[in-house]
Amino acid sequence: MSGSLRRRLFLVLLMTTSTIWICAVVWIWFGSRGELEQVLDTRLQEAARMVHSLVASGNITEPTSALSTDEHGYSRQLSCQIWSLDGRLLARSSGAPDASLAEDGAGFANRTINDETWRVYTIIDSAKGVRVAVGDRVGLRDRLVRDLILGVVAPAALIIPLLGIMIWISLGRGLFPLRKMANDIKARDGEDMRPLDVRDAPSEIQPVVASLNNLFQKLEAARRHEREVTAFAAHELRTPLAGLKTQAQVALAADEDAVRRSALRQILHSVERTNRLIRQLLSLAKLEALPDQAAETDINVGAALRDVIDHGPSRDGVTVTIDPALDRLVVRCEYEALHLVLRNLHENAIEHSQAPGCISWSMDVTQGSIVVEDEGPGIPEDELTLVTQRFYRGRNKVGPGSGLGLTIASTAAARLGADVTLANRDGTSGLRCSIGITGVRQAQ
Amino acid sequence: MRILLVEDDPVLSDGIKVGLGMIGWTIDHVSRCGDAQAAIAATEFDAVVLDLMLPDGSGLDVLADIRLRRNATPVLLLTALDDTKDRVRGLDAGADDYLGKPFDLAELAARLRSIVRRRHGRTEPVMKAAGIILDPAKQTAERNGKLLALSRREFAVLAALMERPGVIRSRTELEDRLYGWQEEIESNAVEVHIHNLRNKLGRDIFETVRGVGYRIRVET
Repeated sequence: MSGSLRRRLFLVLLMTTSTIWICAVVWIWFGSRGELEQVLDTRLQEAARMVHSLVASGNITEPTSALSTDEHGYSRQLSCQIWSLDGRLLARSSGAPDASLAEDGAGFANRTINDETWRVYTIIDSAKGVRVAVGDRVGLRDRLVRDLILGVVAPAALIIPLLGIMIWISLGRGLFPLRKMANDIKARDGEDMRPLDVRDAPSEIQPVVASLNNLFQKLEAARRHEREVTAFAAHELRTPLAGLKTQAQVALAADEDAVRRSALRQILHSVERTNRLIRQLLSLAKLEALPDQAAETDINVGAALRDVIDHGPSRDGVTVTIDPALDRLVVRCEYEALHLVLRNLHENAIEHSQAPGCISWSMDVTQGSIVVEDEGPGIPEDELTLVTQRFYRGRNKVGPGSGLGLTIASTAAARLGADVTLANRDGTSGLRCSIGITGVRQAQ
Repeated sequence: MRILLVEDDPVLSDGIKVGLGMIGWTIDHVSRCGDAQAAIAATEFDAVVLDLMLPDGSGLDVLADIRLRRNATPVLLLTALDDTKDRVRGLDAGADDYLGKPFDLAELAARLRSIVRRRHGRTEPVMKAAGIILDPAKQTAERNGKLLALSRREFAVLAALMERPGVIRSRTELEDRLYGWQEEIESNAVEVHIHNLRNKLGRDIFETVRGVGYRIRVET
């Protein structure tokens, strides 16, 4: 389906109109022809009877020559011959042929004389011994029908182009709202995602406008999200750089040894933090680049967790406990992804814990989930759904978080067919993260 | 100068604090929007250095709030974004200047001096009053071509009084300019600095307005 809607509609309308006209012409042709034949035949019959009645009254004259030589138009349509029964021409009207019109019996007949077809009505009066024949030319009849048809077709030939122009203009006007909408959208720059005014649109294209508006909305949301991620990323990457630069300048400018040492310590701290940010960014990139199908192995969750805890960060005064049930839990999945989930949730818990405190890993059998609980400040309720977004750092952020940990955890969990649910702990301060593993195959 | 720094990154804010502290400025530091609003409402700062992305909101909201209260304190925005649109938005929201991360400490200081100077309607980068020429950029003061040997605090007191010659500064105002929140203020600290300055510059340099404060004497 392509091309101009206006042209398509125009062709359809013009063709429909033309077809109606042609049908009318055909109908008139056949209808009028039959009618006309009948009328003309009746006329022949009447004329024959009239002539016969004149013959009957004995008023017969010698054949006269044609009174008029006018052969054009519809004058002298009828020709009349009176023959005796023995074959003498008693009388004939002007314009009647010399050859006999009547030859056969009484009634209607067609005869060809000098390559011309005649329609003849004959009355035979054996009592008076005359045969009256009245006829007219079939060619003339055809001309009559032709002229009648022409009377219908001629205005049509004039009207159809006129109609065409009117249809073209009306279509242009009818399609104006569509064109206006198209121009409105065309005139927008790439930034303009305001919805189109639905009230402006005719009801037929309102669904289109509504869908477009819906699309605009989604596009705008996607772009806003992208802008936010870019902004967060820029902030998270450039702020430590600014810190490094500032501290380096302080170290260079400082006269006092203590100030210089402090600045250098800050630089080390910042490098540490930037290193972690980069590691997290790489984890996320790696996670997103993993092939769709990866090798699955049987993993003992307790052992994997111990590996994470032993190699991950720790905090003095914060103890980590592992539910023995986890040591008995063996899942069949991708090691890399499970490791990322456990590591990031553990690092998040460590980061938000304060000494003295406890981080507990346990198994919630009823929910089918692995649970880690910390004693940190938790997350404000309105931020619970936001913290898994890239670079989102909540109000309760502490320390050198990258803003990516929970994003990585939930992305990696999704890859395993698991999901990470965050909630604040009941009754006590702290965050409870559950990894729902009902969707993960468990080995026995 | 007393500057409020609103920045949530501990390393960067420490660097700015120490770096600007080395040129004799007093820096107060907060890391949240709410604290920034409270600080600005409670204390008069020479300028505010405001990070745009804060944990509990946007620096732009803090800026809008400052301007809504008809507070004309100069504000310099710190941001990690390069987008011109963001800069325009910040400046239109009432910021006086803009600096992208990472930046140079010297440039930050220069920009702050510049917005503070404009705020006081001065076109010259140096302050002149009572025969003294004070250069905030170089942290020097001279009289009759001779450099004056002043301590950091003395320089700050002199600068505060020379900013608007003839205007009386109360003791509390001067204390606010000299000391951050965390610093212990001795009850007669300002008097001590004024006394020392008078010893170095001459008794007549300042006029004491009883019960109100001090002002620099302007020759008539």
